[in-house]
Amino acid sequence: MNCRSEVLEVSVEGRQVDEAMLALLHTILLHRSTGKFHYKKEGTYSIGTVGTQDVDCDFIDFTFVRVSSDELDRVIRKAVAEFKDGLGNSGNDGMGQISLEFYQKKKSRWPFSDECIPWEVWSIKVNVVNLANEQERQICSEKVGEKLGEKVINIVEVINRHEYLPKMPTQSEVDNVFDTSLKDVQPYLYKITFQITDSMGTSVSTTMRRLIKDTLAL
Amino acid sequence: MDSDLSSQDKKDLDKFIKFFALKTVQVIVQARLGEKISTCSSSSPTGSDWFNLAIKDIPEVTHEAKKALSGQLPGIGRSMCVEISLKTSEGDSMELETWCLEMNEKCDKDIKVSYTVYNRLSLLLKSLLAISRVTPAYKLSRKQGHDYVILYRIYFGDVQLTGLGEGFQTVRVGIVGTPIGTITLSCAYRTNLALMSSRQYERTGPIMGIIIDHFVERPFTNMAHMHPCSYRAPGEDDRGAYAGIEDSQEVCTTSFSTSPPSQCVCTVSQAHFKTPKPALMATLKVPLMGLGISQQLYSSRMSYQTPPLGTVDLCHPTACTAAAHPHQMVVPGKEGGVPQVPQQPNHGTAADHGRIPSCPSGQSPQPIPPTSCSNEVKSVSPSDAPETTFTRKVGAFVNKTTTQVTTTGLDLPFAAFAPRAYDLEENDPMVHPPPSPAPSSPLQGSLHSNSSSHCGGQPQDDFVMVDFKPAFSKDDLLPMDLGTFYREFQNPPQLASLSIDVSAQSMAEDLDSLPEKLAIYEKNIDEFDAFVDTLQ
Repeated sequence: MNCRSEVLEVSVEGRQVDEAMLALLHTILLHRSTGKFHYKKEGTYSIGTVGTQDVDCDFIDFTFVRVSSDELDRVIRKAVAEFKDGLGNSGNDGMGQISLEFYQKKKSRWPFSDECIPWEVWSIKVNVVNLANEQERQICSEKVGEKLGEKVINIVEVINRHEYLPKMPTQSEVDNVFDTSLKDVQPYLYKITFQITDSMGTSVSTTMRRLIKDTLAL
Repeated sequence: MDSDLSSQDKKDLDKFIKFFALKTVQVIVQARLGEKISTCSSSSPTGSDWFNLAIKDIPEVTHEAKKALSGQLPGIGRSMCVEISLKTSEGDSMELETWCLEMNEKCDKDIKVSYTVYNRLSLLLKSLLAISRVTPAYKLSRKQGHDYVILYRIYFGDVQLTGLGEGFQTVRVGIVGTPIGTITLSCAYRTNLALMSSRQYERTGPIMGIIIDHFVERPFTNMAHMHPCSYRAPGEDDRGAYAGIEDSQEVCTTSFSTSPPSQCVCTVSQAHFKTPKPALMATLKVPLMGLGISQQLYSSRMSYQTPPLGTVDLCHPTACTAAAHPHQMVVPGKEGGVPQVPQQPNHGTAADHGRIPSCPSGQSPQPIPPTSCSNEVKSVSPSDAPETTFTRKVGAFVNKTTTQVTTTGLDLPFAAFAPRAYDLEENDPMVHPPPSPAPSSPLQGSLHSNSSSHCGGQPQDDFVMVDFKPAFSKDDLLPMDLGTFYREFQNPPQLASLSIDVSAQSMAEDLDSLPEKLAIYEKNIDEFDAFVDTLQ
């Protein structure tokens, strides 16, 4: 099938990178997570409850909603922190892209390992800017807040097109579709990768591919 | 159309739509409560969390939603709307946004009700959670409190967007196709946040201020139906997780307190905004962020309200200087004393009608001050004044010759305000108290002007501040009054370090010492660099 690909672009100040990324990634994951499945006999299943919580950003005038799962939050924060380190190491005016890819596993026969087939990829391009003084930072905080709001609206718009979603799996196949490792929620299988562009604008010169979530790496 | 749908599916679909509507209202209102919302995920399905989302149910809100729906469901031509508006403490209000749950005729016959529609409704609720934090009203609602509150109103029928002003924007939260129509959830929000509303009638003539009083009588709306976005269950605290709606659907029985303590909204169902606002707002800081309201506005409003209030001038200047507790502004200078003459200029005759402990500016009664006022009224009424002279707290505004005033442990928190009423002494009930029985003490006598038949007739034009004790300045440890303190420390000696430098060194010497200083700095350059690195 064709993988759906969406690109979001934001320009933020260095200290806003974490929160901006968290806001967008969590918003996407909120829509791409369900409660834990509990399979019963006869192929039926019930779904657990997903809680939500508001998160206020410190450096951006913005509040976002995330799934109430500390485990998931830790994983995402770790990925974002690595992305930010990568951006920081590349120089002051860094550009980079963090991608959240939802995929399905397709079992292959031995000796081939399972295939990971993405069905939705969200790419967030980040442009880090430097600001000279506190007043500019204040303005930036509000502007970035508004921008993130627009991005959230974009995300919601895409998701509500109700395009392809993997079918609800049977019990034996649930690990091919969902990440069942968390104890309170169940997001679709996903992986987060990032690329750093150096300030010359050339990509892939320092490509770093990091697999944050456990996947079967090819 | 409907015949293609099995009866079970139809029943399920109706139930889904009903609960979706109720949950939508809950999410919207909770997003405007002014606080961060947090619910817990639960891996074990409880069977009571609709759409697999932990959304708490505020019983009041559910009740209002059900009342608005009146047993009907949102359908084609029958939209359910949640209107969010802002109401200032002055009574001005402004619609901020309208959330609409509508249905159009586009049907999706092939869709599975019990599975796909349900999941998509769940997705739509998640989108609503996200979008409700993005519209401008969210930030306003997070800052609600003393200056303004956020109200909600639920109505059913045609969508009304005229109150949103020009240039309002619309954001679509999402759509879900069903066999009987497509459900659409959207939000129209105001972009022009200037508080300018037109008035239908004038109360007391034109005012100079920018803002004209509000309350347009709209044909479809009734401000009495507005509800504050706050909920306080009497005597109960937030218990964290609580039961969701059961399938048979009755209002959740657990209750919680989420409104901030500063919000003195009495009950959820009351339309009046009751807050112990300072009566006079000349010193009010700019209250509404993003609404472009200035202090000038409030001053002009104040002047507008002057005519009906006889003694407002008395209160006004005093209030201006009040750094004191706003609640107590209602009775400036008269702790325990006679409350302000509220409405009538002729206090002399009016006083006998009783001292109404109302806010002089004519605002709606305040829940907290009346408690203190009424106590004061009970303890001291004009006719009782002679007997309770010494419980009556007298301020500095007394005649010079009455030394007893200073010796009776006078304690006037708002004495700062009393002197300002010099020019209004004819309105001051302390100076011209209503006719009362013969005073039993010289104290009492001193407070009566010579217009009173009972007093000894002290000259009114010779008032001297005798014992000035500013508000909250009682301090037994350091019994120094503010004036003394100020005079003593008005001219402090110069700092020793400064004086040496200033007197000893001249410009030329400064310049000469520069090379040495530079040399030292260069020597220590590594240290400075290391320090700068730690800052980055």
